[in-house]
Amino acid sequence: MIQTISVVAYLLLAPFLGAFLDGLDRILSARMQGRKGPPFLQPFYDIGKLFSKQMLAVNNAQLFLNLCYLIFLAVAGCMLFAGADILMCLFILSTADMFLIMAASSDSSPYATMGAGREMIQMMAYEPLTLLLAVGFYLATGSFQVTDIIHMPQSAVILLPGILLGFFFITAIKLRKSPFDLSTSHHAHQEMVKGLTTEMAGPTLAIMNIAEYYEIVLMLGIVALFFVNENWWSWPLAIAVCLILYFLEILWDNVSARVKWKTLLSSCWIVTLLAGGLNILILMLVR
Amino acid sequence: MGILPVLIGWPVLMAAVVPFIKSVRTRSIAVYMGSGGVMALAAAFLAAWLLGGAPVTVFYKETEILNHCMLGAELFLMGLIVYLSIKHRKYPVILLSVGQTALLFWSEFTHPAAPAEHMKVDSLSMLMCVIVAFVGGFICIYAVGYMKAYHQHHTEYKDRSGFFFSMLFLFLGAMLGLVLSENLIWMYFFWEITSVISFLLIGYTRTEEAVHNSFRALWMNLLGGLGFAIAIAVAASTLGSAQLGDVVKAGSVIPIAMLALAGLTKSAQLPFSSWLLGAMVAPTPSSALLHSATMVKAGIYLLIRLAPALAGTITGTMVSLIGGFTFIAASAMAIAQNDGKKVLAFSTVSNLGLIVACAGIGAQETIWAGVLLMIFHAVSKSMLFQAVGSVENSLGSRDIEDMHGLLLRMPKLTYIIGIGIAGMYLAPFGMLISKWAALRAFVDAGNFLLVLFLAYGSAMTMLYWTKWLSKLVSMHHTKATVKDITRKDQYLSMFVHSACMLLLCLLFPAVETLVANPIIYELFGSANEVLSMSVVTTMTIMLVSVLFVPVTMFLVTRSAHRVYVPIYMSGANEGDNTYFVDSYGEPRHLYLSNWYLRFQFGMRRLMLPAEILSAGVLLVMLCMIIGGAI
Repeated sequence: MIQTISVVAYLLLAPFLGAFLDGLDRILSARMQGRKGPPFLQPFYDIGKLFSKQMLAVNNAQLFLNLCYLIFLAVAGCMLFAGADILMCLFILSTADMFLIMAASSDSSPYATMGAGREMIQMMAYEPLTLLLAVGFYLATGSFQVTDIIHMPQSAVILLPGILLGFFFITAIKLRKSPFDLSTSHHAHQEMVKGLTTEMAGPTLAIMNIAEYYEIVLMLGIVALFFVNENWWSWPLAIAVCLILYFLEILWDNVSARVKWKTLLSSCWIVTLLAGGLNILILMLVR
Repeated sequence: MGILPVLIGWPVLMAAVVPFIKSVRTRSIAVYMGSGGVMALAAAFLAAWLLGGAPVTVFYKETEILNHCMLGAELFLMGLIVYLSIKHRKYPVILLSVGQTALLFWSEFTHPAAPAEHMKVDSLSMLMCVIVAFVGGFICIYAVGYMKAYHQHHTEYKDRSGFFFSMLFLFLGAMLGLVLSENLIWMYFFWEITSVISFLLIGYTRTEEAVHNSFRALWMNLLGGLGFAIAIAVAASTLGSAQLGDVVKAGSVIPIAMLALAGLTKSAQLPFSSWLLGAMVAPTPSSALLHSATMVKAGIYLLIRLAPALAGTITGTMVSLIGGFTFIAASAMAIAQNDGKKVLAFSTVSNLGLIVACAGIGAQETIWAGVLLMIFHAVSKSMLFQAVGSVENSLGSRDIEDMHGLLLRMPKLTYIIGIGIAGMYLAPFGMLISKWAALRAFVDAGNFLLVLFLAYGSAMTMLYWTKWLSKLVSMHHTKATVKDITRKDQYLSMFVHSACMLLLCLLFPAVETLVANPIIYELFGSANEVLSMSVVTTMTIMLVSVLFVPVTMFLVTRSAHRVYVPIYMSGANEGDNTYFVDSYGEPRHLYLSNWYLRFQFGMRRLMLPAEILSAGVLLVMLCMIIGGAI
């Protein structure tokens, strides 16, 4: 019963929650840059406007692939919020990302293809940590099932601080934050134009944005998983930590510049190895 | 079980007949009949075995005359190798070949093993039979059409198709014999045949490169054969038995280590990977056969048989380390390849590495994962090779860069490649589920390095498949038309493979309970539930979503009204999405390339260090094992 409610809640509320967080992000970023920023509800106005636009397309496959991206992200999130297997959820998440890459590649346009290529590198950069994350939860709680993980007597983060640190690192990639926002940008006047989304317009772009909102909530859901345990007070704690982490990502976004792909790949892999790998090694040794 | 000699004999008979048929038409019919016959016989064999209650049976105890024939044939093989080595001045190979044959004869005459059953049928060998007969059989059917087109394209090579088909059939016969053998001497006999045939197939075109690569394959496999011969000699003199089952049960260290070495060479693990990578100079059907149904699977088969004796031993650690390292190293090198067949070759090596790592751990869960990986790998790799071969025949290139926008140019072949690639790495195809199980088993076994190898290796696997897929789906219209010259028999084989792949994915739980679990039960005497009910439910959700979401979305979006606009090309688009105005004001053709990261992941950069490292690990650990045993 609770599972059904949480899945339905995720499906219905995640885009709104994601959009609120995005609105917050824009205001905070603007304040950090000494600007006033857009109104809090700006993401909703944007989505509404995108949907009202004419359906321009460069081919007949892009919309279809973008919709697949959206649905798979929703499915991945549902699996997390239904308490299913975390590793499977992460596999579906990668599958979703693959559809976005396909959507961008299908355009056969220079900047979209470049963005797709960079997105693939990003995928390769964050993938090892997602697997180690699942392994970490398995070592800490003896199960890949989210239902088991959230019913432990103590929070998993006590055993998995390194994994959380690594996850913070790769969340910057997933949320498309600087210094790891290689594949697409918010403004079309940069070296990659708009990367992945160069050829996406109107409703297609809106779908991609909604998918990103699902992704934000999914990522924060995984962060919460580190903190939630069988005690009630762990829930507000988890939400608070999610907000703090989100704030830190925004801060990081604003104080750093985009890096090259080599730096992205090597830094992510090294952090994965040092933070995630060491954490796993210690857990394996004490087990 | 009276059908068994017919099953092995039929392809051998075909191998003897086919090269003497001069008419191409008659020969094609003969090959169809031969492949159909192998499949029908295998199906009958399977049915008879299933109707008998799927028992583990051993037979052929008294085989005096046959044994003498085999010794004679081994002498002939040795003679052939010696002759060809002298002809091509590759003298060291002679030492390996003569050495192992002499060792075997010596062992046979000084330590004759007690008479025992020579063959055995159980779930694992039955599975292998089905894979060899059906995947192999369809590859032979595919080869009929392929070889015609091949020789129309490559007029510079002498048409030796008759010999080629003969070798394919002999290969199937030898593989069937190998997987059904329980006696090590028999197994060794078939093992040597596969080594020699793969050598002959690789050298098919007789170019300098082909000869060079074929000899590399030969010496590496003979090295494994030498290990095999040592294992037999040691087992016969210490245990008084040359039965694989006895060796595994006794857990005798040196024979097992030597057999494991043989398995590693055959399954092209580092440092022995280069022979399989060099094998692609041969026509595609032979690559498909070597990579999917036969040859490399022989190594895997032997390692899985040894698995119960590998669990928790230093030999097992060696095997799993080499396997895990091969997985990550080959995945890395695959990134830098733009030759379709090379990517496939590296991916074979890396996937075999994963299976080998599973076998080396030797726990029930890992063997479960290994067996399933093997099934999926056999089907998807076979169809991928066939599809890339067909693309090459039509397009004149197998470069992935030339496959830009293939979806619009050769849709059927692109869908086949797509299904094959999806089968190799996408959720929820069996590969991924097996990886999931392998990951859990590696964690349970406490093997930190393997967990790391799997985590990083999977990420790289993801990259090289995704970029290939993204190349295929580019909606790029070119003026250059391409004519699909793929023949009906080729399509038949590929369609059957694709259907099989989709069915395997849909029926995964059934495959798991009906195929993998009995094998585990027979190898270990008990079988734990690897897939819990919740995982099966999750998988069903994944399956439904992956198979049905794209279809539904496709139907939903098909009718959507869209206004088509040209793409943004920085310079002005000439209007056809293919040309843009460059800075000189001239129209210029758009060319988009994938990322290959050659300086980071190139074979030139990584191969030698990987080989040296793995050879070092292998040598040191073998010394430790043998030293410890003595």
